[in-house]
Amino acid sequence: MKKLLGLVASLLLLSGFLYAGVKALTPKQTVNSKKTLVLYNWGAYLDPALIKKFERQTGYHVVYETFDSNESMLTKIRQGGTSYDLAVPSDYTIAKMRREHLLQPLNKKRLSNWKYLDKQCLNRSFDPDNRYSVPYFWGTLGIVYNDKKIQPETLKSWNDLWQRRYRKQILLVDSARDIMGMVLISEGKSMNATSSVDLKLAEAKLVALSPNVKAIVGDEMRMYLEQGDAALGVTWSGEAAQMMQNNHHLRYFVPAEGSNLWFDNLVIPKNARHVQAAYAFINFMLQPDNAARNAAYIGYATPNWRAKQLLSKRHQLEPQLYQTNLRHLTVYRDLQPSKLQEYNDLFLNFKMSSH
Amino acid sequence: MKRIGRALYLILAFVLLYLPIVYLAYFSFSSGKDMVRFQHFSWVHYQVLWSDKELLAIFLQTIILAILSSLIATAIGTCGAWGIFRLRGYRRKTMLVLNNVLMVAPDVIIGASFLICFTALGIGLGFFSVLLSHIAFSIPIVVLMVLPRLQDLDLTLIDAAQDLGAGRGVIFNQIVLPEIMPGILSGLFMALTYSLDDFAVTFFVTGNGFKTLSVEIYSRARQGINLEINALSTVMLLVVMLLAGGYLFLTRQHELALGARS
Amino acid sequence: MRSKSSFFIIPYVLWLLLFVVMPMILLAVNAFTNGQGQVSLVNLRAFLTNGACLKMMVNSFWYAVLITGLTLLISYPLALVIAHCRHQRVWLLLVILPTWINLLLKTYAFIGLLGQHGLINQALQLIGLAPRQLLFTKTAFVIVAAYIEIPFMVLPIYNSLHALDQQIIAAARDLGASSWQTFWRVVWPLTLPGVRAGVQAVFIPSLSLFMITRLIGGNKVITLGTAIEEYFLTTMNWHMGSMIGVILIVIMVLVLLATSGKEQNK
Repeated sequence: MKKLLGLVASLLLLSGFLYAGVKALTPKQTVNSKKTLVLYNWGAYLDPALIKKFERQTGYHVVYETFDSNESMLTKIRQGGTSYDLAVPSDYTIAKMRREHLLQPLNKKRLSNWKYLDKQCLNRSFDPDNRYSVPYFWGTLGIVYNDKKIQPETLKSWNDLWQRRYRKQILLVDSARDIMGMVLISEGKSMNATSSVDLKLAEAKLVALSPNVKAIVGDEMRMYLEQGDAALGVTWSGEAAQMMQNNHHLRYFVPAEGSNLWFDNLVIPKNARHVQAAYAFINFMLQPDNAARNAAYIGYATPNWRAKQLLSKRHQLEPQLYQTNLRHLTVYRDLQPSKLQEYNDLFLNFKMSSH
Repeated sequence: MKRIGRALYLILAFVLLYLPIVYLAYFSFSSGKDMVRFQHFSWVHYQVLWSDKELLAIFLQTIILAILSSLIATAIGTCGAWGIFRLRGYRRKTMLVLNNVLMVAPDVIIGASFLICFTALGIGLGFFSVLLSHIAFSIPIVVLMVLPRLQDLDLTLIDAAQDLGAGRGVIFNQIVLPEIMPGILSGLFMALTYSLDDFAVTFFVTGNGFKTLSVEIYSRARQGINLEINALSTVMLLVVMLLAGGYLFLTRQHELALGARS
Repeated sequence: MRSKSSFFIIPYVLWLLLFVVMPMILLAVNAFTNGQGQVSLVNLRAFLTNGACLKMMVNSFWYAVLITGLTLLISYPLALVIAHCRHQRVWLLLVILPTWINLLLKTYAFIGLLGQHGLINQALQLIGLAPRQLLFTKTAFVIVAAYIEIPFMVLPIYNSLHALDQQIIAAARDLGASSWQTFWRVVWPLTLPGVRAGVQAVFIPSLSLFMITRLIGGNKVITLGTAIEEYFLTTMNWHMGSMIGVILIVIMVLVLLATSGKEQNK
């Protein structure tokens, strides 16, 4: 008995020590102090040097917390356990948050650098007049290919992906909305289609693509394309930018039929505690040199036209990422949950029948 | 001739069995970035690993989870084994069948049904739900480890002690516990390894940012090859080898005795 | 003593109710209700009329057969060799040891091994073959799954070999049986219980593997397990996911009956 109790006690003691270790390893939060900014962003979506610069310039202390999907971010903000001062949701999530009254309206008079924002990125359907959100990065859905393996002239439209010559060469991003949307647009339908017939037809057409599909993958697509394991990938422009930095044979383009246009915008949640700091940070990020630096570091397209000019002067601009005409691109609407499930179920059907 | 064939097969099988593991460990010392070409020897990935506070915190959390869940599971499981031991006939059979449900059920079913369960009970997903699940799927193995030892118990000894006026506490502490101790320890050990090794169930029932090592490795593996994971697996390989040695040492005498009996 | 000992068993019974009985009931309830909470067979009908689902189920079953077969093919000789070795305990521990390495890490290793420039393709190049697509193929999925399951097949077979009475084999040899005859007529039938236990231990998890299908199969291989995981965590269609769960349980019970039923006949 003593032996047993000793064992139990020592194990409990050990886990106590380990817990102290966990506490020591997780970054301390001084959320309550006045001079703080709690920023809730995607992982690795901001140049750390800019945080340092902001802290130096303004004296605010930045707490940087990350999320990996819009859904998990939304859950946390709904819960309200931590009050975030700034978050970076994507377009359709902003529409949802707006409807649920989770956001504070912006006072643009406090944002002197607003003038640097590209008109094309403003006043989008998910947030008319940008009452609640400030564009942070934007991008498209398109095709990445390796010019050693693919002749560009054979690949112009989405429909070209169905050619027999691309057998087992294509990687698709594991996202129901994007891949179903791609098929819909290749058929001349809207990427926000809600007609069950259209969706069903899209699924059938997608099944016809499956001999060409090498795999349906997540973030690891970057590695396979960079290493030349695959010749083609359907993915987002930001992912493409990072691949192109590491492999100069990779090219990115958006087919002429159109595609998805997405935005990640800065918003101030309703329960933010350091609104002053949030405005200071937004204005700081809108400064052209800061925006340019961030874009050069992350590799995504900046909505700041002045920053874009700076980048092109420094030869850091990746022109393939910047569509000049955004008119044929569609922003995702926030669909009914039941419709979204239909998209997801059909995409799963495609996976199940793609043997 | 036959002997050589056998030896060759043995060697081949073990080369295949250990190839992936050694391959991982080998590249953890490469200064490169991929598992294609070994650049030159370097500790750089171990340094990265050591300074990766998030991963270290997850590692410690995983161990805490394993210790807590296995201790609680061992306590409940031992009591359960004692209870089943005292049942007879039909009831005992039913209990044993129910006990073994979670032993044979695939992880995915366990994970999915627990997820439904937690949602129905209004339990939020996070450390607590994962802890409950780990306790739950470890209990049956503890029962299965303790029960045979109880069955080996010499009942006349208990009767004698009772006749001599020993209380229940004394009987349990002095007679029962020492006898079933090896069973409890192997139960605890199995519960520990179950918890450390689990991926599927945790994947279903975790939330609110709580991660175990398996879940974290999965999400990192989905981002492609990163030799920091290789360094991590080499460290874990060493830990496992130490544990295996410890286990061998702990159970050797017990199993020798068992072997002699059969 | 009786009343007191039933007090001890309370947490255990509570566990049985909360984590064994209740989850299974809730799974069944979810499978046989629709989104509005009404009892219905809509999920079952959806499953049976959806060609993709049926194809997936048949494929999943077939993969499990292949994985189990391959595992058995490698494991039986291995168990046989170990049973004839000196230092059996050490060899056995070496078989078990890989099961203590996290499953995810072993799978991750294969991403490197099977890559376009990975070790296996390098070896193929050495013997003059062109590098080929290995990752994201069905073969790769079966091989990796079999690799992971081998120890669980070796152990029960070894145990039954170990329990074999050496005198029976000696008797067979004395009576003039060739070593092949001895194996086929004596050793194999006597170790069948071990083989059955191994098949059970491998076949059921093979039906429900879900992470390997993604990392190694590139989502081109969907098992019942992957389908459940997708329905629960991606498409959030819990009713359909539960339905597939129930079907998986039914298949599992059938497999258990098929592999253990024969024993009682003998």
